[in-house]
Amino acid sequence: MTQLILLIIEFFKIGLFAIGGGLATLPFLYDLTVTHPDWVNRSQLLDMVAVSESTPGALGVNMATYVGNIIAGPLGGVATTIGLVMPSVIIIVIVAKFLERFKDSTVVQNVFYGIRPASIGLIMAAAFVVIKEALMNIPLFQETGSFTDLFKIKSVIFGAILLICMMKFKKHPVFYIAIAAIVGNIIVF
Amino acid sequence: MKELLELYWVFCKMGAVCFGGGYAMLPIIEAEIVEKKGWAKKEEIMDYYAIGQCTPGVIAVNTSTFIGNKRAGIPGAIAATAGFVTPSIIIIMIISSLLQNFAHITFVERAFSGIRICVAVLIINATVKLWKSAVKDKTGLVICIIVFVLSAFTPLSPVIFIACSGIAGYFIGKWKGAEK
Repeated sequence: MTQLILLIIEFFKIGLFAIGGGLATLPFLYDLTVTHPDWVNRSQLLDMVAVSESTPGALGVNMATYVGNIIAGPLGGVATTIGLVMPSVIIIVIVAKFLERFKDSTVVQNVFYGIRPASIGLIMAAAFVVIKEALMNIPLFQETGSFTDLFKIKSVIFGAILLICMMKFKKHPVFYIAIAAIVGNIIVF
Repeated sequence: MKELLELYWVFCKMGAVCFGGGYAMLPIIEAEIVEKKGWAKKEEIMDYYAIGQCTPGVIAVNTSTFIGNKRAGIPGAIAATAGFVTPSIIIIMIISSLLQNFAHITFVERAFSGIRICVAVLIINATVKLWKSAVKDKTGLVICIIVFVLSAFTPLSPVIFIACSGIAGYFIGKWKGAEK
């Protein structure tokens, strides 16, 4: 029970400070792997993004449910989701009352003028962690000191091909995830 | 009560069919809420979206809350949000428990080794797109780079960066306004 309450509080904080959509929750979830290493680890977070991108629903909600489920089973999934959406509900109900004033407020505009690029900076840092996990082999590099060991060459080539395809053909993420699952079985990464 | 149930059900349906959240949800909301139900005008939805983006939380959830609140006050806001997250909770729970049971099978393991690379690329691609919409001038660029470096190489909590950059934005905006 105390763990469920702790989960609600932690995800309430995430819901309150993650601004700018689903991916904005990712840096906060990475922060969880540092502050609560017993809850979830970084490679689990990569699986979390994969599952959340390939299932219906909002990315942020799916990620929260997934993490909650890992930490404390189905009830944990419910707890993290409740925690995540609570600030939204409270803030939106308040903002809705002052909708016109909120839209035209220079204070609000100025504050978000600062927050929007900061949120991207945070997402970039999270992306950097993801890249390190998926494409680089830092322990091997530290051991051998050879730069050819720093990157997982096969993974980088496959990643580059995927990136070009994504930019060229705007297919749904599920499509690329399915291809990657097949390629993973043909070429062992 | 009937209205709350209807809100819950309509948003539950939307939660089950919208992949990717955020902007992917916009056409679905429009079709269901504006055209079919007539619960809000198109311009209102756009307003909700714009505000949903610059208020904390998941954009799709914020928009659901807005519409629910407009229809039936706070209970409506809760009903709409609860409806929207219900499919996520059920689907993710099933998949997550399946994964935990099948994760050790070689086929699944190898699939995920490929998927992880794909996820990294998906995130890179999404970040590039977000960058274009959020970093619009030199001030923004400086804030973004400072936050990126500090966040990547120090253990500071993201909360601190959001709070500080909000305060910085407030003063920079004020200062720019005074200059004009």
